[in-house]
Amino acid sequence: MTTGDAMTTGDAMTTGTERLGCDARPPHPRQLPTLAADRVSRAIDGRLILDGVSLTPRPGSVTGLLGPNGSGKSTLLRLLSGVLAPVSGVVTLDGRPLPEWGRRAVARRVAVVEQHADTLVELTVLEVVRLGRIPYRRAWTPAAEADDRAVRTALEHTGLTDRADQPWHTLSGGERQRVQIARALAQEPRELLLDEPTNHLDIQHQLDLLNLVTELPVTSIIALHDLNLAAMHCDQVVVLRKGRVVTAGTPAATLTESLIADVYGVRATVTRPGPDDRPHIRFLGTVAGARP
Amino acid sequence: MTTALRSPGARWLRAASGALREVAGLGVGLAVLAASVAVAITIGPADIGVGDVWSVVASHLGWGTTELTPIRDGIVWNLRLPRTLLAAVCGAGLAVCGAVMQSLLRNPLADPFVLGVSSGASTGAVVVVVLGAGGSVLSLSGGAFMGALVSFALVLLLSHILGGTTDRVVLAGVAAMQLFSALTSFVVMTAADAETTRGVLFWLLGSLSGAGWTDVWLCLAVLVLALVVCLGHARTLDAFAFGQDAAATLGVAVAGTRLVLLCVTALLTAALVSAAGAIGFVGLVLPHAARALVGPGHSRLLPVTAIAGAVFLVWADTLARTVLDPQEVPVGVVTSLVGVPAFVLILYRTRRMR
Repeated sequence: MTTGDAMTTGDAMTTGTERLGCDARPPHPRQLPTLAADRVSRAIDGRLILDGVSLTPRPGSVTGLLGPNGSGKSTLLRLLSGVLAPVSGVVTLDGRPLPEWGRRAVARRVAVVEQHADTLVELTVLEVVRLGRIPYRRAWTPAAEADDRAVRTALEHTGLTDRADQPWHTLSGGERQRVQIARALAQEPRELLLDEPTNHLDIQHQLDLLNLVTELPVTSIIALHDLNLAAMHCDQVVVLRKGRVVTAGTPAATLTESLIADVYGVRATVTRPGPDDRPHIRFLGTVAGARP
Repeated sequence: MTTALRSPGARWLRAASGALREVAGLGVGLAVLAASVAVAITIGPADIGVGDVWSVVASHLGWGTTELTPIRDGIVWNLRLPRTLLAAVCGAGLAVCGAVMQSLLRNPLADPFVLGVSSGASTGAVVVVVLGAGGSVLSLSGGAFMGALVSFALVLLLSHILGGTTDRVVLAGVAAMQLFSALTSFVVMTAADAETTRGVLFWLLGSLSGAGWTDVWLCLAVLVLALVVCLGHARTLDAFAFGQDAAATLGVAVAGTRLVLLCVTALLTAALVSAAGAIGFVGLVLPHAARALVGPGHSRLLPVTAIAGAVFLVWADTLARTVLDPQEVPVGVVTSLVGVPAFVLILYRTRRMR
């Protein structure tokens, strides 16, 4: 089963809109994927980190990348953003390979939020968000009206308008991630890549952040550790292990007890209150130390 | 208020007034620099006023005649003016190199000498002076310049072999610095007599006493070139705030940009060091001071850093040549003695930001 087959089923979209109330998100039932990976591989010192992974997220949907540490989630995101080049396979944007677009053009379409952004430079919230306009700015020219508008909109969208002048170093972890999302939005992307954005955050900020992301009118691809967060917020999930796709599809169809035991080595019970509800996962222990 | 700001007229007015304020700020800075240069020239054993300085400069530019004697004219035109201008150029150049290095390498401790350029220059100079090839100023500068480039090439090669990341550049620079310092000491210890050692040491600590017009023009040309390149990359330097991966996702060609900026700053540092020796602390402290003044955005930070560095070194050199008159203190000693307390003060004032 390829990831593409799994993601074009209508089930994911229905579940997504009902649960998250994202009525604003336009449905694209048959539209071609905008950012796609086709059998990409990446190796470090001859060892394959990613081995022929394909990914075709539906436009406007939220895709979760799952898998244990070292499964290749971050590397896949870096290939998708064009920061790394695949040793084989190709990443395409609107059907055109990323290298043909050029870095700046890609940065105007695809924005990235890392799991933990920090700086030694003393910046304010506004200055961080303005960094998102760099792909649009030319040397020797001041900011244009469009730059100011994009920054203002990004601040409004993330509820940070009142905190524009606050120094970055005084923000909490959750606030910093929110500012990074505002910076990403200032890039006016249509694709948003997030690498474990909820690490280091308390549970309220985790939910806040993912609610914010899932309601954005962009195609999002999120690497996540927390299976329940993925089940709650993703339209579809792709499960990786040792650089290969194990399975992909809706959270309900994918996150089964046997898959969790197989991929994570963990015993779990998966419950679903109703047929249209998201699955809920309860962990029982590792497989190795399993009791009958 | 928001509606008013959104109307095109008000927006244009706001942008224009912002630009005007920046230009005015820059103008004030340049005026302070010009005044500093003019006043600094008057300070010294020969009694010369600001008016005399102006008349000498005007007469040499063909705008009039001076009533000063040829000796006093020579003191202004051939000794103090080139020296003061070289101080301004060196101060501006070292400070800009420091600002670029600190942003590019994401290291607040980075300075122009972090790439081992100054220690390479020292070795080059010492080899020329001590091991023969004549002791004239020109060959010393030439040797220093060659040494600086060799050292920088070694740092680039080392950092490439070691993995090419930012921290590897810093580590390779530190390694080169140690290596060339050791080589310098070795050459001085084994081959130099007391008199040569004294001369070399004076130069190692930085001195503008040998400044001539050739040095001024050469360094000024390299400074202007470097300033243009760095200001052209101002936005790119901003993008490095959250690291090179973040810069890459903002559309910056990280490796290419880093190579261009490293080469330009190394070239500028090499030119300055071969003219005036390794004047320490300007490149480390002044960028921090400028950041405290105008914030971290490079399109404003770089010009302000340059002007602040120029003014600082003009006065530091004036102090260096007058405080123990008729003896001279190496200007590097003055920059450090004045710079360290200033540095601590800046860090103290910005401590809550962390």
